[in-house]
Amino acid sequence: MIEAKHLTKRIHNRLILSNVTHTFQTGRFYGIIGPNGVGKSTLLQLLSGAAKPTSGEVMLAGKPLDSYAAKQLARKLAVLQQGGLPPAAFTVREVVGMGRYPYQNWFGDEKNDPAVLVDRALEAMGLTALQNRPLERLSGGERQRAALAKVMVQEAELILLDEPTTYLDIGYQIHLLDTVQAWQRERELTVIAVLHDLNLAALYCDQLLVLHEGGLAASGPPKEVLNESLIRSVYGASATIVVHPATGVPQILLQPGGAAPLR
Amino acid sequence: MLLLAVSMLVSLSIGSAGISLKDVWGILWHQLIGGADSGQAWSAGDVAVITQVRLSRVLLAVLVGACLALAGAGFQGVLRNPLAEPYTLGVASGSSVGAAYMILFGYQTLIGMWTIPAVAFATGVVTLFGVIWLSRGRSGMQLETLILSGVIVQSFLGAFVSLMVSMSNGVVNQILFWLMGSLALKSWGHVYILLPFLLIGLPLLFVYANPLNLLVLGERHASHLGIRVERTKLIVLIGSTLLTAAAVSVSGVIGFVGLVIPHLIRLIVGPDYRLLIPLSAIGGGIFVLWADTLARMALSPREIPLGVVTALIGAPFFAYLLYRSKRSQEDTA
Repeated sequence: MIEAKHLTKRIHNRLILSNVTHTFQTGRFYGIIGPNGVGKSTLLQLLSGAAKPTSGEVMLAGKPLDSYAAKQLARKLAVLQQGGLPPAAFTVREVVGMGRYPYQNWFGDEKNDPAVLVDRALEAMGLTALQNRPLERLSGGERQRAALAKVMVQEAELILLDEPTTYLDIGYQIHLLDTVQAWQRERELTVIAVLHDLNLAALYCDQLLVLHEGGLAASGPPKEVLNESLIRSVYGASATIVVHPATGVPQILLQPGGAAPLR
Repeated sequence: MLLLAVSMLVSLSIGSAGISLKDVWGILWHQLIGGADSGQAWSAGDVAVITQVRLSRVLLAVLVGACLALAGAGFQGVLRNPLAEPYTLGVASGSSVGAAYMILFGYQTLIGMWTIPAVAFATGVVTLFGVIWLSRGRSGMQLETLILSGVIVQSFLGAFVSLMVSMSNGVVNQILFWLMGSLALKSWGHVYILLPFLLIGLPLLFVYANPLNLLVLGERHASHLGIRVERTKLIVLIGSTLLTAAAVSVSGVIGFVGLVIPHLIRLIVGPDYRLLIPLSAIGGGIFVLWADTLARMALSPREIPLGVVTALIGAPFFAYLLYRSKRSQEDTA
C-alpha cells in the first residue's frame, strides 16, 4: 500500500500539483489520466521517489519513502519510465538481468541463480529469440518490452508505469497490458499507470484518478468516473460514452468539431 | 597479465647501454630472488643501469599507463560520452598551468625534486573541483554542463599555458617538453609515489564497476534499481581525477592512453565494466610500456617525447579500429 499525503510540487515556482491526497490499495490496478502537462508524470515521480515533493509526503507500507535505503526501495517498488531504454551495447539478456541489482552483492552475484527468472520474463515479453542481441540493434518497441521484462525481474510488489504503451502498435499495447494485468492478478501486485488512452485505461484499470489543474478532479472505478461532463470539463472535448459490448466498461467515442475553445 | 610480464622483460632487455641479454636476465634473477652467488660478476655500472634506471622506468611506464587508462574508463563510465578521457574535465590543463608556472619562474626545486609533481597534482585536483562546482545544479551534476564546463576550463587554462610558453625564452623549451610527457630521468621515488594511487584507485573503481554498468541505461533507470547515482558519479569522478593528476604530475601530459585503451578493451571484451576496469589498467600499462620503449629506442640515444609516441601510434590504430567496427556493424545490419 502506498499513500500520497497532501503532495504539493512546484517546479521553477510554477505550481504543478497542489495538495494531492490518495491511498492506493494493495492488489489493485490504478490508472492516472488527465490532459497534457497536468502533472501525471510528476505525481508518478513523487510516488517513486525520483523527485521530492515541495510539501507533503509519500508513505510506503506505513513508512515514509525517504526512510528506505536505495536498494531496499528498489525491492519494493519498480518503475517503467517513459521513453524506454536507451540504445546500449549490452545484450537484452544482460539488461533484463540488471533488474536483479537490488538483490545482488557489490560484484553482481546473488545467492540464488536468477537465470530462471530472467528466462520467464524474456518469454513473457516475447524476447527469447532476441536475448543475445545488443540493445542498440532493437527497435523502440522491442526496447520497451525489454524494459518491462527488466521490471518483472525486479520482483517488486508495487509497479509504476509511465505511459507504457507509447511507441507500441495496438497489438503490442494490448499484449503489454494483458501481461501486466495477468501478472498483477497472479501476484496481487499494485500497479499505478499513467495512461494517455482513456479507452485502454477503462479496459484495464480497477480505479481511475483524474488529474485536472494540479489536483484530483475525480477518482473511482471507470464506470463512475468516465462521463461526458467530466470529459468536457477536463479535456475540453465533446465525447459520447458507450458501453463496451464484451466487457461492459465505458468507452469513449470522440466527435469532430466537439472541442471547446482553447483555454 | 602474461603479455604485460613478457613486455616488461623485453623492454628491460633493450636499451642504449648495450648490456647483453644474458647479463640483464642474470642481474634481474639475482636481484629478485636473491639466490646464492653463482660466482658470476657483473660490473657495478651494469647492475645500476638495470636496477636503478631501466627497472624503475619500466615499472613507472606500466603504472602511468594503468592509471591513465583506468581513469579513462572511469570518466567514460560516468560521462557516458565516447570522447571522454582523463583530460576532458580539465585536470591535465590544471596540472600544466601549475607545472608551467613553476618552470617559467624557476621554482623547479623550491621544495626539492618533488616541487613540480606536487604543484601539478594540486592544481589538477583544484581544477576538477572548480569544474564540478561550475556544473553543480539543484538536481545534481548535469552531464552536458559538466562536459561543457570541462571544455571551457580546459581552453581557458590552455591559454595560460600558451602564454607562459611564449614568455619563456629558453632555447630548449622546458615547458613544452614537460607538456609532451616523458619518463626520462625518473627514479624509484616516482614509482613509490604513483603505486599507492593505483593500489587504491583500482579496487575503488572496481567496486563501482557494476553500478557503472547500470548507469549505461541512464541515471533514472539506475536510480530506480537502487543505485545512488550522484554518489556513484562523484566518487568515480574524484577517484579517476586523482589517478590522472598523479600520473600527469610525474610524467607530464601523455595523451591518447586514457581515450584509446578503454575503447580498445571494449571492442575486445564488450561493455561490462567488471572486465573493462581491470583490463584497461593492464592494457594501459602494456601500451605505455611499449610506447616508452619505442620513445627511448627509435632515435637512440636521443629520446622522443612519450606523448608524441602515444599519439603517433594511438591515433592511427584507433582510426583503424573505428573503421573495422563500423564495417562489421554494417555487415551484420
